[in-house]
Amino acid sequence: MHDVVDSFAPAVPAIDAGPLRRAGQNAFPFIVVGAAWEAVAHLDLFPAQFFPPLETIAATFVRLTWSGVLPHHTLDTLVRLVAGFAIAGVIGVIVGILMGRSRRAEDILLPLISIGAPIPGLAYAPLFLLWFGPGDVSAVVLVAFVSMFPIVYNCWTGVKAVKDIWLRSAQAMGADDAKVFRHVILPGALPYILTGLRLGLAQAWRILVAVEMLAAVPWGLGWLIFGAQEFLNTDVMLAGIAVIAAIGLALEKLVFRQLEAFTVVRWGMMT
Amino acid sequence: MTPDRIRSWRRGALSLIAVATLYQIAARSGYFAPALMPPLGTVAQTLFDSIRDGSMLGHAAATLYRVVTGFGLAVAAGLPLGVLMGRFRGVENFVLPLSSALMPIPSLAWVPVFILWFGLGNTVTILIVFYAALFPMLLNTWTGVRSVNPIWLRAAGAMGANEQALFWKVIIPGASPFIIAGLRQSFLRAWIAVIGAEMLAGSDWGLGWVIFDAKEFLNTDVMLASLVVIGCIGFVTERLVFGSIERATIYRWGMARAAKG
Repeated sequence: MHDVVDSFAPAVPAIDAGPLRRAGQNAFPFIVVGAAWEAVAHLDLFPAQFFPPLETIAATFVRLTWSGVLPHHTLDTLVRLVAGFAIAGVIGVIVGILMGRSRRAEDILLPLISIGAPIPGLAYAPLFLLWFGPGDVSAVVLVAFVSMFPIVYNCWTGVKAVKDIWLRSAQAMGADDAKVFRHVILPGALPYILTGLRLGLAQAWRILVAVEMLAAVPWGLGWLIFGAQEFLNTDVMLAGIAVIAAIGLALEKLVFRQLEAFTVVRWGMMT
Repeated sequence: MTPDRIRSWRRGALSLIAVATLYQIAARSGYFAPALMPPLGTVAQTLFDSIRDGSMLGHAAATLYRVVTGFGLAVAAGLPLGVLMGRFRGVENFVLPLSSALMPIPSLAWVPVFILWFGLGNTVTILIVFYAALFPMLLNTWTGVRSVNPIWLRAAGAMGANEQALFWKVIIPGASPFIIAGLRQSFLRAWIAVIGAEMLAGSDWGLGWVIFDAKEFLNTDVMLASLVVIGCIGFVTERLVFGSIERATIYRWGMARAAKG
C-alpha cells in the first residue's frame, strides 16, 4: 500500500491552454467513444435491448430520476456506505494508532490482520450473509470489515513513521503524553491516516456495489443493476452504472482532496 | 533471534491460539447452529477431503486460470498503452479522461451487463478481471514513464543512445518501480474481482462459486475451507511471487530508493 499511485492526477495543461480549450480537450475522447457507441447501436448489429443507444439510456435516466426510483436507490447505497465506512474509520484508526504506539497491541493484532488481509473481502460475503442474515446488517458489517484493513494498516505505518527525534524533543521541552499525542504523533501520522481513509473508502465503495447484488437488499444501486438483468433492461443498468461512476468520482475528487488540502497540505506535511 | 523477537512471536502465537479457542468454544457451545459455525476440526477435515478428492484443486485451477488470463490481458494492454501515454501527449490527452471516468466504477458493477452481453461463464469473469486490473497497470506505467528523470534521458542521448536503447536501457528500468507496483496492485484488484465475478457469474467451477454455492446448502465448513485456500493463494502470490520479483529487479538495479522518493 506504499509507493502506489491510486488516482489519476489531472492532466498537466499545456502552457497556453485556456479553460475552454482544456474542457474541449477532455470532452473530445468522450465524443469519439459516444459516437462509436451510437453508430454501433443504430446499425442494429445487436438487439436494441442489449445495446441501447445513448438517447434511450438518457431517457431512462431522466424517467427513473423523475419518478424517484433512482434517487431512492442512490440514497440507500450512500447510507450504507457512510454507515459501514464510519464504523471502519472509528475502529480502524483507533486500532491502527494503538498498534503503532503499543508493542503489545502490535504483537497481538498483527498476525490476525496479516491472516485476514489477503482474503478478498467479498469472499466473506456468503459467510456474513449466513451469520447475520440477508439485508442491511450483513452489507454494512461486510463493508466495515473490508474497509478496515487499509485504514488499520496505514494508521499503524503512520504512527510508526513519526520520527523518534520529534518525540524526544517534544518530551525534552516538557510535553506530557497527551500533548505529545495531540501535537506530534497525530499531525505526523495524519498523511498516512488520510491515505488509509481514502483507500478504505475506495475499498468500501467497490465492495458495497457487489454486496448489494448478493445481499438481497430491497434498494440500492447494486441491486438496481442486478435486478435489471432479469428483465433485460440494459438501459436501466447503464443508467445505474452512470450514477455509480459519478459517485465514485465525487468520493475521490471532492471528499478527500478537500480534506487533505485543509489539513496536511496547510500544515506543510505534504504538497 | 533476539529476546524481543521471541516475545513478539510468542504474543502473536498466543493471540492466534486465543482466537481459535474462542471460536471453538462458540462453535461447541451449542448456542449457534453447528451448520452455521462448524468446529475447526470439521473445517480441516473438509479441506483435507476436498483436496484429496481433487475438487478443491479443480476449483483453484479454474480460478487461477481466469485470474491469470484476465491479468495477463490487462498487462498486455495496460503496459504498452501506459508507455505510449507517458511518451506522447496526444495519447495521454485521449486516454486519460476516459480512464478517469471509467476507473471509479467498481468492476463488479459491470457483471450484470457483461452477463447479458456474453452469457454466463469464463468470458464474463475474465473480462471483469481485465477491467479491474487494467487501470492500476495503466496508471502506474504512465506515472512511471513520466517520472523518469529528464537528465537521464539527456545524458543517455548525449552519450549517443538511439531511441531503442533509450527506451530499453533508460525508460523501462527508470519506470520499473512504478511498473512493478502497478503489477502488484493490478493483481490484487484482479484477485478480488475474480472471486466476486465467480460468485455472480460463475458456473460450476471456481473458488468464488464454491463459497456462494455452499451458502445455498448451509455448508459453512466448505465455505471456510475455500476461504483458507483463497487466503493461501493470495498470500503466496503477494509475498512470494511479487516479493521475489521486486528483489530480482528494482532492488538489484538500486531503484528502490527512487520509488520511495
